[in-house]
Amino acid sequence: MSSMPLLTLAIWVPILAGALVLATGSDRNAGLARTIALLGAIAGFVVTLPLAMHFDVAFAGMQFVEASTWIPRYNVNYSLGIDGISLLLILLNSFTTIIVVLAGWRVIEKRVAQYMAAFLVMSGLMNGVFAATDALLFYVFFEATLIPMFLVIGVWGGPNRVYAAVKFFLYTLLGSLLMLIALLYLYRASGGSFAIADWQKLPIAMTAQVMVFLAFLVAFAVKVPMWPVHTWLPDAHVEAPTGGSVVLAAIALKLGGYGFIRFALPIAPDASHALSGFMITLSLIAVVYIGLVALVQTDMKKLIAYSSISHMGFVTLGLFLFDRLGYEGAILQMISHGFISGAMFLCVGVMYDRMHSRQIADYGGVVNTMPIFASFLMLFGMANAGLPGTSGFVGEFMVIMGASKVNFWFAFAAASTLIFGAAYTLWMYKRVIFGAIGNPHVAELKDLEPRETLFLALLAVAVLWMGIHPAPFNAVLEAPVTELLQHLARSKLP
Amino acid sequence: MNGLYPVIPLAPLAGAILAGFFGRLIGRTGAHVVTILGVLVAFVCSVLVFQDVQAGNTFNGTWYTWLVAGDVKMEVGFLVDSLTATMLLVVTFVSLMVHIYTIGYMADDPGYQRFFSYISLFTFAMLMLVMSNNFLQLFFGWEAVGLVSYLLIGFWYTRPTAIFANLKAFLVNRVGDFGFILGIGLVLAHFGSLDYATVFAAAPSKAATTISIWGDAQWSMMTVTCILLFVGAMGKSAQFPLHVWLPDSMEGPTPISALIHAATMVTAGIFMVARMSPLFELSETALSFVLVIGAITALFMGFLGIVQNDIKRVVAYSTLSQLGYMTVALGASAYSVAIFHLMTHAFFKALLFLAAGSVIIGMHHNQDIRKMGGLRKYMPITWITSLVGSLALIGTPFLSGFYSKDSIIEAVGASHIPGSGFAYFAVLAGVFVTAFYSFRMYFLVFHGKERFADDHGHDDHHADDHGHGHGGTPHESPWVVTVPLVLLAIPSVVIGFIAIEPMLFGDYFKGVIHVAEPHEAMADLRHHFHGATAMAIHAFGTAPFWLALAGVVLSWFFYLKRPDIPAALARTFKPLHTLLENKYYFDEIYNAVFASGARAIGKGLWRGGDVALIDGLFVNGSAKLVGWFSRLIRRFQSGYVYHYAFVMIFGVFTLLTLWFVRT
Repeated sequence: MSSMPLLTLAIWVPILAGALVLATGSDRNAGLARTIALLGAIAGFVVTLPLAMHFDVAFAGMQFVEASTWIPRYNVNYSLGIDGISLLLILLNSFTTIIVVLAGWRVIEKRVAQYMAAFLVMSGLMNGVFAATDALLFYVFFEATLIPMFLVIGVWGGPNRVYAAVKFFLYTLLGSLLMLIALLYLYRASGGSFAIADWQKLPIAMTAQVMVFLAFLVAFAVKVPMWPVHTWLPDAHVEAPTGGSVVLAAIALKLGGYGFIRFALPIAPDASHALSGFMITLSLIAVVYIGLVALVQTDMKKLIAYSSISHMGFVTLGLFLFDRLGYEGAILQMISHGFISGAMFLCVGVMYDRMHSRQIADYGGVVNTMPIFASFLMLFGMANAGLPGTSGFVGEFMVIMGASKVNFWFAFAAASTLIFGAAYTLWMYKRVIFGAIGNPHVAELKDLEPRETLFLALLAVAVLWMGIHPAPFNAVLEAPVTELLQHLARSKLP
Repeated sequence: MNGLYPVIPLAPLAGAILAGFFGRLIGRTGAHVVTILGVLVAFVCSVLVFQDVQAGNTFNGTWYTWLVAGDVKMEVGFLVDSLTATMLLVVTFVSLMVHIYTIGYMADDPGYQRFFSYISLFTFAMLMLVMSNNFLQLFFGWEAVGLVSYLLIGFWYTRPTAIFANLKAFLVNRVGDFGFILGIGLVLAHFGSLDYATVFAAAPSKAATTISIWGDAQWSMMTVTCILLFVGAMGKSAQFPLHVWLPDSMEGPTPISALIHAATMVTAGIFMVARMSPLFELSETALSFVLVIGAITALFMGFLGIVQNDIKRVVAYSTLSQLGYMTVALGASAYSVAIFHLMTHAFFKALLFLAAGSVIIGMHHNQDIRKMGGLRKYMPITWITSLVGSLALIGTPFLSGFYSKDSIIEAVGASHIPGSGFAYFAVLAGVFVTAFYSFRMYFLVFHGKERFADDHGHDDHHADDHGHGHGGTPHESPWVVTVPLVLLAIPSVVIGFIAIEPMLFGDYFKGVIHVAEPHEAMADLRHHFHGATAMAIHAFGTAPFWLALAGVVLSWFFYLKRPDIPAALARTFKPLHTLLENKYYFDEIYNAVFASGARAIGKGLWRGGDVALIDGLFVNGSAKLVGWFSRLIRRFQSGYVYHYAFVMIFGVFTLLTLWFVRT
């Protein structure tokens, strides 16, 4: 293993790059700001690559561990470490940051430096969330990510941006406050430790476990988002600029799933078992109910936002099946969802930049003028519909298989996504892309410029790579999931 | 020989990638050269593999590991046995013919390279499907052929009918896949593996396993699994009630109707059930279900062929009906007969479709058989090959279709599982219906009065718009079109005679297709079989032959001799005719119930659930509550000193009072 503090680099390189971008000041230096931002994003991705290269697949515990005291009085430590689950999310996050910088390259014309800086800072903070092994450090990063996202929606968003930004902020903040109470309870119960690993070993009585679980549930369910606390997401997506939607879908939602894996499940395993039926029900409602709601959306971004929620239902479903296929499927679904939802939002962004409309009815026959774009959207649409050979299939298939082992009807409800997912995605595709040219605006559309081709191609490669050869993605998950399953099988009741 | 296996699917894939991504670079000629080369390589390798398998060298092995999750291995691997080898030959041969034919058929289409790329990609996916040795790869191929079918039905993407048809095809197939994936899930849950060999080996020991699906009732796990798997086959092989997508798929260019929607993809379901014979044999209920579904499809879809006027749709309904025959054979445990009919049908139905395409070219885009007639004079090769195809389809003794279809009828007759009585009636009646609609089309197109002259150029709404130019009399198609017709006509005639003995009564499928003791319909057939020639001669004295002959004669009488009779009958039996013309109203019912229903529920959940209840009541409601409360509180902070003084005095007074009262 390298002696470099790789995780610290993964967190602070993007944040410092963000600070540097901010230093370029006003829009007179927009070009410089963009260049620094791109270089910073690439540097941020490059420093995460050694993590993947030196990662020990066979080792289940935390790797690349760093620890130093932060607030000694309360025993708060700046301690970092990752396992395979964190590794995948960190790589996804750093990769997505490059895409987002490219996506905002020409589209954002006002306050360019601030826009780019917000994303770089957010990228560093997200890495912090995935790398923190100290609960308070985790909490600080977790909450801090809200600020840049709030600004991105509130400043560069659409006409109704303030409502959406405030709704986003309050919804998620309210959830996190309950989590804070749980953290403080666990701090006291563990005799003054914020180390997540200590908490996972801590015996807790059933009532307390349920309370802790519910507190975490509120925080993470809002993030995922699970039905019925999902309504902030479509508004946030619709108002957010393209880059904001991409990060929101690709990374921010993953904080919720990650939280369940790190906190709720291992700290309160008995409560998790007891409430699994409830969690599975909520997840399946997300898959079916949200799938049907997505079908009738007239705004493309809203449609994809709902589709995104529906797909995240597979994550929470997989996590509460207590089955290996379910877990690994859930985590792979998180990664794949990052690629696919990100790509879908980027595609809507490509069209919005040209037409300034997100309404399906304003389009029709786009393939005639944008054939290359149409091919990309076909690929991502099929991935969204879970076609084998794309990343979208891997997680869904594994979770459905896992569900089949547990209960036929869980699998039945989950598998309905085969129909609904295809229906809302391809019906939208038909109305937007296929057909004769719908109106004069569509006739004037220009196909992708090289910059757009680049970021869509990067995602296309990711989607296909993970679909055709998912083994390396899953290989890093085997050891931590094995340990997690063993851990969950043991009761923690005192 | 093992090294050849990956080449078979990968060669067409390479062609597809080259033509798809570098189409502009390599040009039209380049595109068809690379794709045809790819399929040719696959065909040659298939022939070699077939010979190798005949020599007794089968193979079952992993080629690459897709994903490992604990003890569940998900792999890509090949199972090469006589069933695979047969499918390989059929798929690569028909695909090769269709590739060549496409050079002529799509000559002027702007999407030339794209089309070649798609059909090669299809060939890759289909080959992956038939070569698979596990359920995961089967599902991959299953979905991938569905994708290419979707892309090809919507090939002419500016046509509203085409893009409606492709969406419908994909979604109906997905309904089937929904059942299919649940079936695969049950297999994994109960066998812990997705590998065919492991599952089949363990199947007999699980025959008595029951599961509770609903309430306390115990269901046979094998029955539920098999029916769910078969639901997948119903989607892909267009069995009632998931048949609705196939006729609409005719919106795609004719070469793919031949390749995908007649010869290969739609037979994937038949292939799959035959492959799963060790599972299906363990559940009589599932077999019965398969038998009845097949019988309904075979007969009732045939009726619809009678009233169609679009040349491609007649052939499409004929395909539905023939797929029903194959399914019936599966239900009767005569898997080898189903595969045999699959093979003969692939040849003669591809021939009929390609011939129909040739007619469409010759007729300058017109597909309405009422506007044709007398074409035999203008298109001699198409005429003769069509006649051969039609004769094979209706089961003329000595031709390929006769051997396979007669075997199906006899196998059903020998079967004793519930529903076999109905199925026997359906397949017998189907013989008459098949002969009638086939020759109705044949006579209307190639014989009788020339009806195109007076009416040319109109009503080409449904026509394939490949831009062969308008005007002029019908003409024979170029050699790239007619050569595949001739090459397909040859197996349509001889393959049945050659193959029946080894395939049905030899050891060809030994160890591949499993038939349980009580379902030995095939043993009965074997008992009565005394060689292919004897079987054909014997047929002249049996019901199917006379039924077919009656169908041909009746259609001759109706459509050549007395064309006024059909019209009169249509008027007399108006309700029946309307029912058939509207395809039993399946489209309307599905549209009203499922499409509109899903939209209505979605709208209800969105407006009622998300907007009104969650957002309106809870989210914005709580925000409003806070707002209301703070407005109330705000009243107290009026800023007037006398308000505050008053409240203060009032408070002091109250406190003092309480204090005095307490003491």
